[in-house]
Amino acid sequence: MADMTKQGIGRLLAKQGILIAFAIFMIGFALANQRFIAIDNISGVIRSSAILGVMALGVTFVVIGGNFDLSVGSMMSLSTIVVLDLHDKIGPALAIPAMFALTLALGAFIGFLVGYMKLNSLIVTLGMLSAIHGLTLTWSGGKNMDIADKAGTWFAVFGQGRVLGVPVPILIFAGLAIILGIVLSRTAFGRKVYAVGGNGQAATFSGIPRARIVFLTYVLSSFCVAVAGLLQASRSLGSQNTVGQGMELQVLAAVILGGASLMGGSGTIFKTVIGVLILGFIQNGLLLMGLAFYVQYVVTWGIIILAVWLDVAAKRGRLWSPTA
Amino acid sequence: MTTARRKDALKHGAIWGFILVELAFFSIAGEFLAVSDKAFMDFDNMLLLLKQSAPIGIIALGMTIIMINGNIDLSVGATYALSAIVLLDSMTWPALQAMGDWAIPLAWGLALLTGTVLGALNGLIVWKTGVDAFIVTLGSMLGYRGLVFMINGEQPTSHLNWTLVDFAEAQFLGLHTATWFLLMAALALWLLMTRTVHGRNAYAIGNNREAAVNAGIRVGPHMMWNFVLIGFLAALSAVVFYSESGSVNPNDGMLFELWAITAVVLGGTKLTGGYGSILSTLGGVIAIQLLRKGLGHIGAATETVNLVIGLILIAVLLLDRQLNRKGKEELKI
Repeated sequence: MADMTKQGIGRLLAKQGILIAFAIFMIGFALANQRFIAIDNISGVIRSSAILGVMALGVTFVVIGGNFDLSVGSMMSLSTIVVLDLHDKIGPALAIPAMFALTLALGAFIGFLVGYMKLNSLIVTLGMLSAIHGLTLTWSGGKNMDIADKAGTWFAVFGQGRVLGVPVPILIFAGLAIILGIVLSRTAFGRKVYAVGGNGQAATFSGIPRARIVFLTYVLSSFCVAVAGLLQASRSLGSQNTVGQGMELQVLAAVILGGASLMGGSGTIFKTVIGVLILGFIQNGLLLMGLAFYVQYVVTWGIIILAVWLDVAAKRGRLWSPTA
Repeated sequence: MTTARRKDALKHGAIWGFILVELAFFSIAGEFLAVSDKAFMDFDNMLLLLKQSAPIGIIALGMTIIMINGNIDLSVGATYALSAIVLLDSMTWPALQAMGDWAIPLAWGLALLTGTVLGALNGLIVWKTGVDAFIVTLGSMLGYRGLVFMINGEQPTSHLNWTLVDFAEAQFLGLHTATWFLLMAALALWLLMTRTVHGRNAYAIGNNREAAVNAGIRVGPHMMWNFVLIGFLAALSAVVFYSESGSVNPNDGMLFELWAITAVVLGGTKLTGGYGSILSTLGGVIAIQLLRKGLGHIGAATETVNLVIGLILIAVLLLDRQLNRKGKEELKI
């Protein structure tokens, strides 16, 4: 009897562990510091997580499809730099679609290599990380990019505006999360993404066009990157060439925290959003406790490994790996 | 059988052929485009190139055995930085300062120990929890970087020891100290992977883990040893580099893991494990450094290096796929 309860608790922990951990964190931080649960603090955290979050939504599709995307960080740098540069040259109304077209073209290129050419996604996107970084530096000549007339442009609305008191980045993040959540869980395309990532061969035999699905996940991911680049550019109206550097791994960390398996076939948009928020609130909570920003790195390390370990342990039914 | 062997020779030789092409291209293009009058294949220039290959090169050697074993290590850049801080910081401790130049071997030992322990920690977690090495080392990449900041703060740490600098700048038989470390490490790992039971088992595990388990090979300790080795090598790389530079920034070593993986993949080692060679990785490291130097030599902007290396990486992958088209193995993690 006691054994069964133990198993039940284990299963509950494994299934909803990430939510329970999230709740414990929030309560702990709230007890430690009242300011943590102030509305403006919470909205501030979500707002600053929005850029990472939007990118994580796209990468969730790629990861569920059984692939990696390490190129999103440098791709975000490129789209930020490009839209800022074109803003002064052809005006914001043309700069935005031009930037989206360029970013989507890069996503399609990666999707072609991984989907149709069947190349290893880790190496392809690693190569693209480097190549796109080179492209960004070539585009900008290595200089920072700034909008000339920062006060007189409506371009700032995406990153700094508010609608009914809610910051626009939060609205975009939430809207995109809802739409993509429905796409993933309620449409035929979403089901096919799971099928391709879960068992590619079986998916092929049952007539699912694996190559096209993988291709589309990368295009979707690059669309999210373009939105993130737009938010970033509009928020700061100026940018360094390396603004997205290292974000590919933070994005992956958020997706993994949300419980998506790197082997593909599992994960949800909702859990990715939770993963993003956990990272954001940990950072904020530790800062409010007066700890330096780098303490969050160590805490995140512990949380990532613990979360995945519990997940793996629940699946095999024992805590420690049976590997000799 | 002969075609298989020819293919194998082709794959092992490919990276060296690529280096020859690079040398020829930059020498000829340099005649027309070079910013300086010096020939590209100047002897001193080549010696310097080997020296500059050493920091990434030593780490890439470790990455090779990790990848042959079927794992990956994303935390080497952070391990490198933490070892560097231990190296430079420990020499300022009063106890070590009182020892004069005897502090040097002790500081080296402490730095190498740091890397070894960090590697062992990664290996132990991968072994005992059964979590994928990619995730474990993605986590420790963040965690170890956090430790770097916690120990060091946000300011650079500097400590120049002139005995150490003299040693690092010395040339023996024409080669720099760093080059010797790179070559010795390559020799040691080559012997390890081709002449010992550990090496044979590492290939076997990477090739087919289940078969290796059935054959009675203990997978865990072998994986663990490889992580210990790469931790040690990341620290060795830090020791070699910072003995000369004497100043470490807490952000140093970022993206080193990606450069190391690029060099290893250029050398033809498979991400799926079971296939690869130490010598080819050495070729991959030299090819990348040649590209950096060569593009600078012909006056191309430094930013094009990233673009070119990224595209070459993808081209190698495409080429590899063409060569393996008949094989039943499909490139997939």
